[in-house]
Amino acid sequence: MPSLFSKALNGVSVKHCKNTASSAAVRMPVPDKVVIPMIQHMGAPCEPLVKVNDTVTVGQLIGDSNAFLSAPIHSSVSGTVTAIEDFITAGGDKCKAVVITTDKLQTVCPDLTPPAVNSQKDLVAAARACGLVGLGGAGFPTHIKLNPKNLADVDTLVINGAECEPFITCDMRLMLDKTDSIVGGIRLVMKHLGLKTCVIGIEGNKPEAIEAMTKAVAGLENVSVLTMKACYPKGAEKVIIYETTGRVVEEGKLPADAGVIAMNVATISKLYDYVQTGMPLVEKMLTVDGGAVAEPKNIIAPIGTPIKDMLAFCGGCKTEPRKLLMGGPMMGICVTSDEFPLLKNNNAILAFDEEQCRPVKETACIRCGRCLRACPFDLAPAAMDKAYHMGNVDKLRELKVNLCMECGCCSYVCPAHRELAMYNKLGKRLLREAK
Amino acid sequence: MSNLKVIAPAPHFRSGESTSSIMLSVVAALIPAVVISFLVFGPRALLLEAVCVAASVLFEYLFRVIMCRRDNTIWDCSAVVTGLLLAFNLPVGIPLWMAVLGCAVAIIVTKQLFGGIGQNFANPAIVGRIFLLVSFGSRMTTWAAPQGYFGVDAVSGATPLAILKDPSLGLKPLPDMLNMLLGIRGGSVGETCIVALVIGGIFLIWKKVITATTPVVFLATIVVLSCCFGLNPAYELVAGGAVLGAFFMATDYATSPVTESGKVIFALGCGVITMLIRAFGSYPEGVSFSILLMNILTPHIDNLTRKKPFGGVVK
Repeated sequence: MPSLFSKALNGVSVKHCKNTASSAAVRMPVPDKVVIPMIQHMGAPCEPLVKVNDTVTVGQLIGDSNAFLSAPIHSSVSGTVTAIEDFITAGGDKCKAVVITTDKLQTVCPDLTPPAVNSQKDLVAAARACGLVGLGGAGFPTHIKLNPKNLADVDTLVINGAECEPFITCDMRLMLDKTDSIVGGIRLVMKHLGLKTCVIGIEGNKPEAIEAMTKAVAGLENVSVLTMKACYPKGAEKVIIYETTGRVVEEGKLPADAGVIAMNVATISKLYDYVQTGMPLVEKMLTVDGGAVAEPKNIIAPIGTPIKDMLAFCGGCKTEPRKLLMGGPMMGICVTSDEFPLLKNNNAILAFDEEQCRPVKETACIRCGRCLRACPFDLAPAAMDKAYHMGNVDKLRELKVNLCMECGCCSYVCPAHRELAMYNKLGKRLLREAK
Repeated sequence: MSNLKVIAPAPHFRSGESTSSIMLSVVAALIPAVVISFLVFGPRALLLEAVCVAASVLFEYLFRVIMCRRDNTIWDCSAVVTGLLLAFNLPVGIPLWMAVLGCAVAIIVTKQLFGGIGQNFANPAIVGRIFLLVSFGSRMTTWAAPQGYFGVDAVSGATPLAILKDPSLGLKPLPDMLNMLLGIRGGSVGETCIVALVIGGIFLIWKKVITATTPVVFLATIVVLSCCFGLNPAYELVAGGAVLGAFFMATDYATSPVTESGKVIFALGCGVITMLIRAFGSYPEGVSFSILLMNILTPHIDNLTRKKPFGGVVK
């Protein structure tokens, strides 16, 4: 924890809208068809390892890459590959996608066996074989995270149970319903990486989860639960590391450089489950909510399930959705079609109705300073907006636009409705291109 | 599902605040002082305020139309605030055409010629007031004494600050402290009732439209310096336009620093210049000059006080 005298990081108080908090996850039936894109992680895309008309089984490896920063991809269903098509991600990247028509039998791949984990090397290999990526949203490959260059200097495991995005409750449900997997994963990682302490950070608006986790780790030495003030974006990696350990991850450095490995509750629980069962990452628990959804709830769906099937499982839409989001309302990405598939790092599908997407008109900055007071990293969004529009790369560099994590606090508070977070994103691109 | 018309950048949640909601909060905060101005100076105070607001909005509208600006900014209500604040800074008996001229200087010269809302380097209402003060000195310092609800005695009355500065000016003795707080004294239309202004100021702080930094530091500096200069701190605080200036003029977004530390420097400078003018200058009042001078320094204060980014490394 940071000392009492150090500065608290800024943020914004957003409406929680945790409508699905009491809904334990329900496993949805296998859809008729899944679309599995070959990029579902931060890094290089995978190459498809299957051909059209191949028969695949649940957990079978269907995509892999030799690149350093990548993670393999497995089939989430059993059935027949009907197409390998071009795919454009919500972020605009191009890759291939494997389309599988399901046979609904969910035959499990016979090659799957639980890995023997006796060392850090084994654990890293297991994380890669599982196809595990950061499930909190960033999709950073876990086997790279678990294999830092300076392992001897790393002493702390930070478990992220903040779930600061409005609407999303799947991590909270996980902490209540799969407490043992989380604790098992913590023990696994601490043991094989030789970590001394572990802090689980949870926002104060989830008292049941705090209670469950506190009880579960009571017998463990050096593992503690920290209740954080419910203030967006407490779940951002650098923010939760600072809140739980008081350490600052400096510009251009990784958490490991600050002696920390940070993992989401969903990631660590999946790592444990994989070591127990040998079943790779083929399904995902997520929240389906939004004003247009008839029965908002938490579901477990095979990766690659089209959004329309997940919405149909949640009672369909009571009104025509005007906006479809992958992720929470603060950082989620708009998708253009309900054919878009579920990805590994998705933790919510939100279908917003008319009421929730009133267009706002951008007006001139009035220099009110709200964005400065909201930015967790003490950046100057309004000044970066101005520098971006003037194409002033030197100014953008001086203002450290590269440090922006695009949490959206600045746009949230802006009374002139300026798209400050988007300009920061564009400013970062401008800076990269100028280099 | 063909109706997915909305593709927008994150975040998809907004606080609901807007420029116009902020400006309307400021107008609401000024309402108590408007009511008191009517009670103290009579219906002509309301007329003056109405004329200034109408003229400011009209000038803003006409300028945007004539300059072919597609976005007409009158609906952000910032011109309403400017007009009201300018009226607050005028003596009740001023000829209306002079007030309208002041509005033209405030809106057209100070605000729109520099690019409109958020772009002006000086507070429009203050420039409007100073323009009128240096152009029509005698009419701007002909103070009406408060006379109940109706009727204005246009020749008598001096502001308490003028009486303090040169006792021979005063036709009447200094009002007592209670009358000063309630606003029953000579002075500009909106500056006299300290109670109403403080209520409005606290409302703005509570609504988080402004932070307490600027008014607190500004007023504290006046108290400290008046003690140093051997003046009565209580009267220095309430006798002039300091409270109006500290809560409503020095907190103008466009023309004051954005960081809290910058606001401390800004407000300190305002307090120091105000007291130097009051104690050693030829004008009895220095609030508007002090704010104008600090407005000019604002970009430099902003550059000096920029916060160090979290985890940022100086290369």
